[in-house]
Formats: sequence, structure tokens, C-alpha cells
Amino acid sequence: MDAINWHGCFFLLFAAVACGFAVAVVVAGNIVRMACCLVVSLAAVAGLFFLAGAEFLGAAQLMVYVGGTMVLLIFGVMLTARGPLVSMKTGGGQWVLALVIGVALFAVLLQAATSSSAWDGPRENNLVRHDPVQSEESVTQDAAGQLGLGLLGVREDKIRQENKVLRGGMSGYLLAFEIISVHLVVVLVGAAYLARARRRVQGSGVRTPSPESRTPIPE
Amino acid sequence: MAELLISISTPDWLAHIIAALVQCALLLAIALCSAAVGIWLERKVSARIQDRLGPTRVGGRFGWLQPPADGLKLICKEDIIPAAADHILFRIAPYISFCAVFCVFLALPFANGWVAVELNAGAFFLLAVAGLEIFGVILGGYASGSKWSLYGAMREAAQVVSYEIPLGLCVVVIILLTGTMNLVAIGNQQAGWFFNWHIFHDPFTFVTFWVYVTCAVASSNRAPFDLPEAESELVAGFLTEYSGFRWVFFFMGEYASMFVVSALGALLFLGGWNGPVPIASLLGLTPEHGAIGGWINTILGPIISMLGLTLDPAAWIGNLLGMCNFIAKAFLGMTFMIWLRWTLPRLRIDQVITTCLKYCVPIVSAMLAGVMLWSFFLPGGLFAALTQPASFPRSAWERTDSTLRVDGPQDVGEMQEEAGTRNVTALRSHAEHGNEGNIQEESR
Repeated sequence: MDAINWHGCFFLLFAAVACGFAVAVVVAGNIVRMACCLVVSLAAVAGLFFLAGAEFLGAAQLMVYVGGTMVLLIFGVMLTARGPLVSMKTGGGQWVLALVIGVALFAVLLQAATSSSAWDGPRENNLVRHDPVQSEESVTQDAAGQLGLGLLGVREDKIRQENKVLRGGMSGYLLAFEIISVHLVVVLVGAAYLARARRRVQGSGVRTPSPESRTPIPE
Repeated sequence: MAELLISISTPDWLAHIIAALVQCALLLAIALCSAAVGIWLERKVSARIQDRLGPTRVGGRFGWLQPPADGLKLICKEDIIPAAADHILFRIAPYISFCAVFCVFLALPFANGWVAVELNAGAFFLLAVAGLEIFGVILGGYASGSKWSLYGAMREAAQVVSYEIPLGLCVVVIILLTGTMNLVAIGNQQAGWFFNWHIFHDPFTFVTFWVYVTCAVASSNRAPFDLPEAESELVAGFLTEYSGFRWVFFFMGEYASMFVVSALGALLFLGGWNGPVPIASLLGLTPEHGAIGGWINTILGPIISMLGLTLDPAAWIGNLLGMCNFIAKAFLGMTFMIWLRWTLPRLRIDQVITTCLKYCVPIVSAMLAGVMLWSFFLPGGLFAALTQPASFPRSAWERTDSTLRVDGPQDVGEMQEEAGTRNVTALRSHAEHGNEGNIQEESR
């Protein structure tokens, strides 16, 4: 059987796209092109997640990172469309500094990647999802539901565990979830505070807003 | 598909490639046909609203060959790139826009199980990818090197990014109700008569549907929210510098995204592929085989197996009916959007943002809380509560214990004593119970 390892092919394809466009982000001079390359690179990473069967993570990557970069792009355009920053000139010192940090990070990641057991292609249990009988038992069947329960304090995979030691962490990620939620609320309030319309000094025509800008929406 | 090709001694790799290409071609055909029909519909409906006839000559009485004729004309046009434009970005922007919309079709189910890729997080994927369409628009607007284009793109960005919030919340309401993000499962939960559709589940979902309609119109840049291409102020917004085939790509993307948001609305609120009257299941055209379905299978089964196919003809015909249903609903949604466009005047940008932040977001947040409470106290839905009063005192508290189905140790029970946990499991189990209610109703 000379079946092509499709997982391998697509992994290499997506990985090449992700790495290639990541390099392009650094090389490109124009800030909008940089953001564009970054979007493609992040989308390719989302493709890798889909390939690994982590659909929720892949969709979250598209939603959060790719969508977030889009907002970055908008700000890039808004702030620099006609400015000195539209083509970025990087000095020699910055290159050296960036290279040192980049190489150090890459070394750490490489060590982490090579220390795990080798990637050995699609195993049988990866292909289980296509078997209708097995799919009831498959972990990926309702990954989003499990994830949601985990964030709310119940981990379904742990709750069935009989061994007391292995059942540690059964209470899920409720604390982290709450901390992040509160943090985000604070950020939102801060953003609203910063972006609010400033009241002008009393007595300088505050009470006469122009009719065009203050008309409420007609019902 | 691939199995069939392998069985007629095609090489393994070729069979997979051909199967993938056939599926892509089918989806592309649906995307392009929906765009073409949408353009024709737009012309005819707008003409009727303005007391005209619209296209009447190309291709017979109703001008139904007008979109291909338009396309041919546009392909023949000169492809102009402004001197001030960023050439690479200007060229790729239309493709990005269309590809993002096309990716949505990958996860869009057209009938029970008829979906290219059945994703467990399908609804989330759809929202994420549909939001990428504006990336091409922003890129195109920036790269054109024209102030009209840039203004259009910035307006588009502000509008779509704000409307993604209420749009996402509308989808979350349904996800809360169904307990799953799998679009096929969401569609199947609405099987049966029309009162099983989520829009009629309770008053909150009914209101949510109309918020969804507003946000869907806004996020596909249709009037009264077509600020990004407001022709009276911005020439044509981000489309100003585009001509010929690249302009066609943007336009096809826009109409395909209209189809996508209508289809998603049909799927989430209007029963998906389940018609108002469950004809397919009354005739037994389901995998379970009723009277006529079994009869069809005894006739067609031998022929099918002779051809070496492994499909269930009755269920296949049922799915075909379902797909017709689904596409009809999607086009109904598109017609509604066209009707809106030619009836309402364009809003101003501050009104657009006010509609989103001061009306849509608070309303849908309240609806989210309402649906949460409703599905806790009256999980069967409005019509189940009205028609089967006996079934709804079966409260959420009773149901929790039976539904988690924990086989673990005893102290798991203590875990469940926490009210929060009960809440969550009740919500998760609601999906099954909603189905039960439906089945009971059908049997009555």
C-alpha cells in the first residue's frame, strides 16, 4: 500500500507557509504588508491546529489572532498611512538585539520540541474519528463542551478517574477563567474611560450641540 | 467518493485528490450560483420596487441570463491599477475577500450530514472565517491609494468589527439552547414541525432572531448599512479603484456572504433543512425508513448496490428535499435583505454605531440571560410547554442527576451539589431533553 501520508504533506505545507510568511513579516518594509504577512502566517498556524483535530483551537486562532491582527492593521493604516512610519527603517543595533533574542527563543523552543517524543505520523487512534462506531467514545467528539465545562470548574476527563492522585486538577480552570474575566472587564472599563468624550468647560457653548451630530436614531 | 474511485482501481492518491477536487468544485458551484442568482434577484426585486421591469431580454422572458452576460462584460473590461496603488496588495485583496467567504461554505451543512467538513466547533468556525472577509476589503481600500477607498475601508472596519459582537452573541444564544456548536446537530434538533424551530422556542429567541437579522445585514454591508460603499458620498468606497474582474470578485464575495449569513440564520433559527411540515419524515425518507422510504429502498436498493454504491436511497431523497428547503430559506433571507435595501434610506455612521452599541448589544445580552433562565425552567420550548403542560414541571433540578451519567466514585455526587455545576450540566443535558420533547410531540 503506497498511500500518501496526507497529514505529513499538509503539515509540511502549512508549516512552510507559516514560517515563510513569518520571515516575510520581518523582511517587509511596509507596515501594512507586514500585517498582511502576519495574518497569513497566523492563518497557517490555524490550519495546523485543524490538521491536528483541534478544531476549537483553530477557530479561536482565526477569531482572536487573525481578527486581532486585522484590528492592528487598521490602526497601522490609521496612524501611519501618511507618516514617516509607513516604511520602517530598522537600525543595525536593533537588528543585533532582535537576532540575539530571536535565536535565544528559538533555542528554547527547539529544545522543547526535540525533547518530546518524535512526531510519528497519523497513528490509528488519530483516525478513530472517521469510524462511526468508535466516535461515540472519542475524546474529540465534544471537545468544545468539555472545554466549556473545564472553564467552569468540572473536568469531564478527570471526573471519571478513579485514582485519587490522577484526579488532581478535577476542578478545572475556574480560577484562571475568573481572573481573566475580571482582567478583561477592567480593560474594557479602562478603554471606555480613555475613549469617552471629554466634557468641555462650562459656559463655552456646551448646551448647543450641532443638530447633525446629536440627532438620535429615528424610530 | 474516494472509496468508489479506489474500487474501480484508481490509484489511492489520485482518488483522494479527485474526491477533494469534486467536493471543492461542488462548493464553488454553490457559492458562485448563489452569487449569480443573488445579482439577478437584486435586479428584479429592485426593479419591481421601483415600478420597473428589470432585465427582461437576456435569456428569455425573465432575463435570467443577465448575470452571465454581466460577468462576460466585466471580464472584457480593462484591468486598471492606479499608479499610487500598492500593486501586490491591490491584486490579492479581492481573492482574500472571496476565499474567506468560500471557506465558510466548507463548514456549512446543506442537509443532514451533507457538509464538506463536519466540525464540532462549526458555528464558531463560521463566525471566525466570515469575519475575515473584511480583511480583503480593508486591504483593498488601503492599497488603492485613494482617499475614497481608504475612507470606505475604515468605515467598513469600524462597522464590521462592532457588529461582530452582537452577531456572535446571537449565535451564542442558540449554542446555549442547543448545547452544541456542531451545525449538523443544531439543524437536527429542530426536526419536526415548524414550532420546533429555534425562533419559536421562546420569546427570547424570537427577539434574538431579529437582532441577528439586523447584524447580518450590517456585517454584509448591505443598505441601510452600506456606509463603506456609500455612492453618494464616497464614489464607491473601497470599490472605487477596482474594475473588471477584480471588482467581480469583490461583488461575488459580497453576494456569497449574503447567502452565508442567510443560510446561517436559517440554520440557527429557522429549522435549517427541516421544512415547516416534516414531509420527509412523514414519508419515511430518513435513515430509519418509514412506509414509503422502505418501499423506495426495496425498488432502488438492488440498482444502487449493482452500481457498487453504498448509499441509502430513501435517506438520500430525504436529504435532497432538505437541501432544497435549506437553499429556499437562504434565498428567502437574501430576498428580505434586498427588500430592505431598496426600502430603507442609508444610515449615518454615528447611527450605525449607535444601533450596534446602544440597541443590539444590550438587547441581545438581555436575551442571552432570558434564554438562560428559560432553558433552566422551561427547557422544552414554548410549544412543548403549551401543548404538554404535564412535561414541564420536570424541573432542571430533577434532571441533573440522571444526565451526567458519571460512572466514577461516590464523592462525585458531592461535586454535583454545587449549584454552578448543576446549572452547567442542566444546560448541557438540555440538548438531549429538547430532542426528547420533540420526539414526544411527534408521536402524539
